[in-house]
Amino acid sequence: MASIFVVSAERFIPLFPRLACQGVLLGCHPCFRLNMFSKGTKRKFSDGDEEISDESLVGARVASSYSLQRQSLLDMSLIKLQLCHMLVEPNLCRSVLIANTVRQIQEEMTHDGSWHMVAEAFCSAGQSPSERLVATEVLCRSREQDAEPKLFSVISYEGCREEEVVADETLCSVSVSDTVSNVCLAGRIGQCWEKSELSGVERDEEALEDSRLGSGEDEEIDTKDRASTESPKTIGQVFGTFEIKNGSPGPDSALEELFSDVDTSYYDLDTMLTGMQSAPKMGPYDILDSLAPSHSSPSIVSTPNCRSDLNELDHIMEIIVGS
Amino acid sequence: MADIISTVEFNYSGELLATGDKGGRVVIFQREQESKNRLLSRGEYNVYSTFQSHEPEFDYLKSLEIEEKINKIRWLPQQNAAHFLLSANDKTIKLWKISERDKRAEGYNLKDEDGRLRDPFRITTLRVPVLMPMDLMVEASPRRIFANAHTYHINSISVNSDYETYLSADDLRINLWHLEITDRSFNIVDIKPANMEELTEVITAAECHPHQCNVFVYSSSKGTIRLCDMRAAALCDRHSKFFEEPEDPSSRSFFSEIISSISDVKFSHSGRYMMTRDYLSVKVWDLNMENRPVETYQVHEYLRSKLCSLYENDCIFDKFECCWNGSDSAIMTGSYNNFFRMFDRNTRRDITLEASRENSKPRAMLKPRKVCTGGKRKKDEISVDSLDFNKKILHTAWHPKENVIAVAATNNLYIFQDKIN
Repeated sequence: MASIFVVSAERFIPLFPRLACQGVLLGCHPCFRLNMFSKGTKRKFSDGDEEISDESLVGARVASSYSLQRQSLLDMSLIKLQLCHMLVEPNLCRSVLIANTVRQIQEEMTHDGSWHMVAEAFCSAGQSPSERLVATEVLCRSREQDAEPKLFSVISYEGCREEEVVADETLCSVSVSDTVSNVCLAGRIGQCWEKSELSGVERDEEALEDSRLGSGEDEEIDTKDRASTESPKTIGQVFGTFEIKNGSPGPDSALEELFSDVDTSYYDLDTMLTGMQSAPKMGPYDILDSLAPSHSSPSIVSTPNCRSDLNELDHIMEIIVGS
Repeated sequence: MADIISTVEFNYSGELLATGDKGGRVVIFQREQESKNRLLSRGEYNVYSTFQSHEPEFDYLKSLEIEEKINKIRWLPQQNAAHFLLSANDKTIKLWKISERDKRAEGYNLKDEDGRLRDPFRITTLRVPVLMPMDLMVEASPRRIFANAHTYHINSISVNSDYETYLSADDLRINLWHLEITDRSFNIVDIKPANMEELTEVITAAECHPHQCNVFVYSSSKGTIRLCDMRAAALCDRHSKFFEEPEDPSSRSFFSEIISSISDVKFSHSGRYMMTRDYLSVKVWDLNMENRPVETYQVHEYLRSKLCSLYENDCIFDKFECCWNGSDSAIMTGSYNNFFRMFDRNTRRDITLEASRENSKPRAMLKPRKVCTGGKRKKDEISVDSLDFNKKILHTAWHPKENVIAVAATNNLYIFQDKIN
């Protein structure tokens, strides 16, 4: 009889079923190691090992570093909420947890009094304040609260209105209850977009150059890899969506200026190819219908060939676009 | 090419092991009968059946893809020669029948051996068809499809001890089904707020009690567990018991809520305890005590100082599962770098093992691993900074009776057995 085995773990014998022999890491991508302390990367939260030489400055430095860290955590969280995975419904649990974190930070900043400084800095946008601080709602739709579906709100906000029919309430419509106006949050976002816009634009251009127009290539890649490579692609798409949106004013105007000389046709193709949807526009499967008449069905159906068709589509678009 | 394994589950006897993957496939392994010749070897698990359970779908109404990834597989207790299991993706649950065919009837009157119909005028004599042996064929056929009952993503399914009903849980609702009835289900928990903007908590896992068919539990993203009694009310929004450990104020951070979110809840086989997994620990609860767990095991406490980086790369949202051994004396859960951890509840000893090709030759013994948390790194230890966070073990399973474990490491399945003397 086997004795209590946990104590004697040496007793374990691995047996390899046939399945394991086939096991190859998907996409053959190298495993990345999370470098917690690599010198090159920007560190968000220092793990307490900052060098503090002058004792009299300790308190002030710790306090300001804490608020810097808190600010960067807020920025990071807002970006995470913004960059939902568009092809598939975003993970509601993750969105709820991130939104709760954002709310927590904002509450703390309000109590600190540091929130009003942010508010003052960006209240010049001249929008009417509202009672509630709407975290991702702001990110997901324009100031006027129009019903015009945006790229994100197709997934979220619009879904919220018709609950049972298009019942897709993802967290883009979660509000953070607070007394600060949502303008300030938008302003805050504007700043963080500006901060990251350079890198975002660069990455976006790279993405176009690399002809990563479609999600076809990505299908082969591990989801985790997709998540890690997603940022450049989706930041591009995010910026792209500001173009597709019909002339909304407000903090977006800064971004629109940046992109006034960008050819929007790229973004239209980009969004179509990656399967992103604006409600009135064609979806990738409509394109596929015209290309591959074999799969045309009126309602929810299986589309096992859609990914290979996207690959084909990718290829065709590459030729047309000439990149 | 093998796909990422998304669920692993032994059946009630342990003879079969089912895995579901991201591509919607189910692969079932069967244990070989122990041969009398090789006394020292236990049965190995070999592929028994492979089938495509779910296909990718496109929801035209919402313009979103529905992934075919299998989130959960649960076996039904065996009642006849065939095996039944439930497999669920984000939206649909299917009941599959897996049956063997090792005989074939030959000598039909109305058709030829190759199936073509015979001309009735040519039939001059009658014969009785005979059953002839054939190569074993294992067939999987979908017997029930339980669809259109979940607006949100299904995270759990659990077969009830009455063997007639089962529950399915998504982020905001739990439904009760009858195995025979596919066109309707009964909603027993609904935590969706009237205004979605007020949503702050979701359901993360649910399970039926192993013996009391009226009792089930569900866990939340806020680190709480609610036990509900279906006899009390039709809609179990009000819990019978509420399990929550008070927060330690000294360790509070912006990540406290996220790491308290429960990713898995499992009753013990005895039905007296339940186990919950949050990001950094596993907790065992006595069902009779709601205010704190009776045991807490740290899985990878060294990650506590890395939470910000783990938040940045989304690893903090990884959902690890946990499992009991057959006698409830030990528990197991996964970690990063292809490590998995086992805790003996009686001796309080724990061990870290690695599921990787390099470190596991067939028939070789596993070496315990250790993570160095600071100071000098000893030989054979691995430092926290060298851990590979892409290699995570989210799914593990323990044979219901023996010391056999199945560990899914991305797209590889490892099966480990205790050596017999």
